[in-house]
Amino acid sequence: MRNIVLIARRELGAYVCLPMGYVIVALVLFVDGLLFNAYALGGEAKLSAEVLQLFFAFASFMTMVSGVLLAMRLVAEEHQLGTLTLLLTAPVRDGEIVLGKFLSALTFFALMTLLSLYLPLLVFVNGKVALGQIVGGYLGLLLLGSLSLSIGLFASALARSQIVAAVTGGALLTACYLLYLGAGLVEPPLRELMAYLSPQRHLQWQTGLISSRDVFYYLSGSGLFLVLTTHVLQARRWR
Amino acid sequence: MISAQGLTKFYGDRCAVSELDFTIEGGEIVGFLGLNGAGKTTTLRILACLLLPSRGTVRIHDLDVVDNPHEIRKLVGFLPETPPLYAEMTVDSYLRFVGRLRGLGGARLRERLAQVVQQTNLEEVRQQVIGSLSHGYRQRVGIAQAVIHDPPVLILDEPIQGLDPVQIVEMRELVRGLKGRHTILLSSHILSEIHQTCDRLMVLQNGALAAVGTERELTARLTGSQRLSLLVRGHTEPLLRLVRSAEHVQSCEAEGADHGAPAESGLVRLSVTSSQDIRELLSRRLVESGFGVLELGRAEAQLETVFLQLARGGEPTAFPAPPQA
Repeated sequence: MRNIVLIARRELGAYVCLPMGYVIVALVLFVDGLLFNAYALGGEAKLSAEVLQLFFAFASFMTMVSGVLLAMRLVAEEHQLGTLTLLLTAPVRDGEIVLGKFLSALTFFALMTLLSLYLPLLVFVNGKVALGQIVGGYLGLLLLGSLSLSIGLFASALARSQIVAAVTGGALLTACYLLYLGAGLVEPPLRELMAYLSPQRHLQWQTGLISSRDVFYYLSGSGLFLVLTTHVLQARRWR
Repeated sequence: MISAQGLTKFYGDRCAVSELDFTIEGGEIVGFLGLNGAGKTTTLRILACLLLPSRGTVRIHDLDVVDNPHEIRKLVGFLPETPPLYAEMTVDSYLRFVGRLRGLGGARLRERLAQVVQQTNLEEVRQQVIGSLSHGYRQRVGIAQAVIHDPPVLILDEPIQGLDPVQIVEMRELVRGLKGRHTILLSSHILSEIHQTCDRLMVLQNGALAAVGTERELTARLTGSQRLSLLVRGHTEPLLRLVRSAEHVQSCEAEGADHGAPAESGLVRLSVTSSQDIRELLSRRLVESGFGVLELGRAEAQLETVFLQLARGGEPTAFPAPPQA
């Protein structure tokens, strides 16, 4: 645990010290604000709950984009700069390295997402929504962020450069989403399985409803990709 | 302390290191020599538990690198070819991070940090951001991170690469200063560096061990002779006759002298090749014959010649490890 915290703290420090973190935060907040203003608030009159649901739908897209962007540097950059050697020759387990990096990215992501809180609170100016919908929505964003970050981290461990990591992570996430569309083309029981594996099936939280089934999906998906990332790091020693 | 038996590493179908057998005793400084692609870095990476061997066994302090990598990493300090530095951190925060990563904490960390910063002369840049440091200082920080946990084994891959002459001298002093406390494995293709820093050499050729021994052993074994250099006052011709008639002398040449008369300064420099160490015998004979002996010693290193012969495929030689320190 000590090593995990140590690595997470250093990584978090890197997000704060390097411009990349600020660029991603600025991009996410700008696009979130733009979409919220143009589509969620704009157009014909809506119920406040619908406005919130639209906000969380747009924020979901940006969550996946930022997840891949935040995670792309975690291993690929260290590989490019040669600093991964430091971690791999230290008395630290590969799983601790992966968890430390993941936790730092998740913490940074959570802080970044919290900065967008003023947007749903604006609904209170002319409307009324249940606070639970906001809390549920943000918890959902955190779970989706966790899955996106773990997929991005896996891609970062596979790739030798950050660009390739971002492209691979983006492709993996898109593939996960396309599973939902693909499910319509196949027969049961494959249809159910493919639909279940897609995050598209687990977006009920956008309405403020958190189901244990969705929580299990996001946590197990994140766990799976973290385990895969650990195996990729271990496999590097055989290369 | 470190032993390898049948150490082999494949990258796909390509064999990077083949059937290496060697033993390194505690406190030694051993230099890995070889041309690019000879397998130096691969061998060092296996010893640092960064790579796993494809075949063979490597043991450090009686621990196997495949079975006990976690324990071995506590015993080894590693400086790769490119120092693993986080440019955005200060020297102090970086070394604290590495120290904690290697299991130090509290008073012990503070104590080691102070020692290492002093040892590597990093006091004046301790609070500077690593990204702003010169190459020489970065290399020093690289050494500092490798020794912060006071490991018994230190592995340095090309530690003087890219340093200027002044920095090379400083780095040499630094590495020498670490001798005794650590067993040091050093790789370099800068021959003079290996010659001046290491106790023993391992020459790798195409992934195989071409030779192991001290520079003198390698030179003698490869050339089958020893070279002496003399500076003597006297006439060249009788001097050459006298030396050539001595026992075990294979050849004797005067450098830049007119053989018919003494050199202008009256001094003659001789280069003597012998099958044995004849320094004592030769000096006595010269003095008894009335020549003034100003200098008599082994000729300076022929390491370059030896290295080129071995690295390009000279006669394989093997020497036993020296007695334990």
